[in-house]
Amino acid sequence: MDVERASRSNGFFLMKSLDFGNAETRFVFDESRFQQDFFQLFEMPSRFAIDIPALDQRYRDLQSQVHPDKFSHLSESEQRLSMQWSTRINEGYQTLRSPLARGRYLLSLQGVDTQEETNTAMPLDFLMQQMEWREALQDAIEAKDIDALDGLSDKNKKETKILQHQLGMQLDESHDHLAAAGSVRKLRFLEKLAEEISSAYDELDS
Amino acid sequence: MALLQISEPGLSAAPHQHRLAVGIDLGTTNSLVATVRNGISVVLNDEVGSALLPSVVRYLEDGSVQVGITAQAQQSVDPQNTIVSVKRFMGRGLKDVGEVIDLPYRFVDSPGMVQLRTVVGVKSPVEISAEILKVLRDRAERSLGGELVGAVITVPAYFDDAQRQATKDAAKLAGLNVLRLLNEPTAAAIAYGLDNASEGVYAVYDLGGGTFDISILRLSKGVFEVLATNGDSALGGDDFDQRIYCWILEKAGLSQLDAKDTRLLLTHSRAAKEQLTDHVQTQITAVLSGGELVDVTLTRDDFYAMTQNLLTRTLQATRRALRDAKLSVEEVKGVVMVGGSTRMPQVQRAVAELFNQTPLTNLDPDKVVALGAAIQANVLAGNRSADDWLLLDVIPLSLGIETMGGLSEKVIPRNSTIPSARAQEFTTFKDGQTAMSIHVVQGERELVSDCRSLAKFELRGIPAMVAGSARIRVTFQVDADGLLSVTAREMHSGVESAVTVKPSYGLSEGEITRMLQDGNQHARDDMQARALREQQTEATQLLEAVDNALQLDGEALLDAQAQARIRNSMEAVRSVLSGSDHLAIKRAVEALNQATVIFAQARMDRSVSTALKGHNLSELE
Repeated sequence: MDVERASRSNGFFLMKSLDFGNAETRFVFDESRFQQDFFQLFEMPSRFAIDIPALDQRYRDLQSQVHPDKFSHLSESEQRLSMQWSTRINEGYQTLRSPLARGRYLLSLQGVDTQEETNTAMPLDFLMQQMEWREALQDAIEAKDIDALDGLSDKNKKETKILQHQLGMQLDESHDHLAAAGSVRKLRFLEKLAEEISSAYDELDS
Repeated sequence: MALLQISEPGLSAAPHQHRLAVGIDLGTTNSLVATVRNGISVVLNDEVGSALLPSVVRYLEDGSVQVGITAQAQQSVDPQNTIVSVKRFMGRGLKDVGEVIDLPYRFVDSPGMVQLRTVVGVKSPVEISAEILKVLRDRAERSLGGELVGAVITVPAYFDDAQRQATKDAAKLAGLNVLRLLNEPTAAAIAYGLDNASEGVYAVYDLGGGTFDISILRLSKGVFEVLATNGDSALGGDDFDQRIYCWILEKAGLSQLDAKDTRLLLTHSRAAKEQLTDHVQTQITAVLSGGELVDVTLTRDDFYAMTQNLLTRTLQATRRALRDAKLSVEEVKGVVMVGGSTRMPQVQRAVAELFNQTPLTNLDPDKVVALGAAIQANVLAGNRSADDWLLLDVIPLSLGIETMGGLSEKVIPRNSTIPSARAQEFTTFKDGQTAMSIHVVQGERELVSDCRSLAKFELRGIPAMVAGSARIRVTFQVDADGLLSVTAREMHSGVESAVTVKPSYGLSEGEITRMLQDGNQHARDDMQARALREQQTEATQLLEAVDNALQLDGEALLDAQAQARIRNSMEAVRSVLSGSDHLAIKRAVEALNQATVIFAQARMDRSVSTALKGHNLSELE
């Protein structure tokens, strides 16, 4: 049998039949796709506003093709390849699914470093609010006050939503990368606070 | 090798026939084996018709080994050589094994994992577990009339890397090809989900003999997605027995029992616990070796009171899992009960109260894990299945690295979907530093000393540079079994030095091989021809793929020496390819795979994002 090629639409594999004596259908990974950015990989427009249900569906479709469970009866090298692809798709999904990670990633594609570890220059009012909230968190923990914790958690979620909306406008509408990087840094603060609130719940529950 | 041809999922290179695969639930108290027969998952029974194999192993002076009922019957007579609940010691050091004083064993502290002294010498929990697995493997091969292609072994979702690795080692030692380590609650969800064609969010509450897991899953259109998992890998029915045991000692004014009496009273404690499932009180009567009579009455209320905080711990873990999944109790559509310990009425009542609904118990809580594992094993072995589903599981505990001040820097957070990889960059601390040590830990705590130490390794051969200018990239890769491997590489000016660490707590690969060879390995000539074909196919494929990869990226990623090394390995494969020695081909293919590991990693690495840059490691020298 001659080698024939066909490409499966939206698929990772380029089909190729090889003659090994018993006519098997084998597939080849489309190498070029491994180097694509996450938006290309998930076939989503490269912007902050994203269709979450479509992303979820696309993620499942992709994993259905490459997940190690589909290759566990095959050779060691195929298993390793599948693991690498599946890992990449998990990473892409987590990056695109989280507004903060998605914003940071979009900026990195533009060559903008969000400097979350190094740039600590924050607007004064934002810093004041953060300090106030952190104090409130400590007070809630000391007083074992679940209601206060709930209140703080709500405030933090609300503020996060507002900042995410801003980030979206800065990235998709005004294309102001500098301002967007600032929003990412602020969101990182709020995410850290959310993590601390979550461990405070654990602490009060034990 | 990172780029090669790949078979269409489900179409294997091997002859198309039903491949015998099993799911094994290696439990603390009981173990089971199940398989899919005529499309239906069934538990395989032993000769006398019982499905549950008590996870009890007895070593006898003449070198023979008893497993199951016969061993269990002798546990009070020969307690030091009769090991029950060995799962509690898997991947655990002596200091991790709580309540050692009340267990009738002679522990031997050894690095990584505790061992037990028996009449035939010191045995590791891995070897003891392998005895249980061997019995199940024999049972399956006799029942199915052929050799197994592989097995799915279940582990508690909350098992850490050390415990998972130990389980996999035990399976290998029992001569099993491990298709996958599968989390027990996830296995149960498969058995339930596929049966009931459910959609929505489900909680699986799994209280076994020695472990507790809670997993929150979303089921939708053939996808089982674990959203969060939590638990306690040292909390189970055994602890409820322990509470009764301590109560008996107090009630009867006893102290300092010998091993036989300890085991006797633990056995009675368990019986009492089971009695209280259907009765409001129970009588505990036993005669100790010194002739003392123990005769006490335990009421349900007393039992509930003395075990209340065990139950509370499971509920705390459950709430934590819900928080991690960012879900409220109202969003959970159903709660599945798994594990024999969920038969206790107070457990069912507490779970029902927490979730405001009656938990599902329509599948036997002792069997559901094995049944689910068998369904997954059937698919993983390459047998076509009518329904096609996808399982997305997570790691239970964060993985990190030790940094300045003995702190753990998390590299992969808990509840990350696996397989997962993450890279972190570090730099040197002193001028001219040429080596650094890397300490890998697992756990949620800030301090390294509060986390589990998984591995320590040294990266040597860093070119001498000014402090802070070396770039050392440490990559964590968690595979679909939830097992970690770590690679470290110096990135500066193309100089590469890579180390791959697979933490090994039980036995080294070599030790397992030797032990397998020591056993009775019979030749299987009929398999030779097939093996040869498979090897030839794989070799051809690999050669083509490596060739492609070298053409694409060889120049960019490898120096001339490295390229030559790979080409030599390719030549070695070609030279044996047309011969009839499948082992020679296999060895050559493995050598080629080895030779291309760094290349594959480098190609992969280009795409793994770097979380943070420019960290200092405290232990840099």
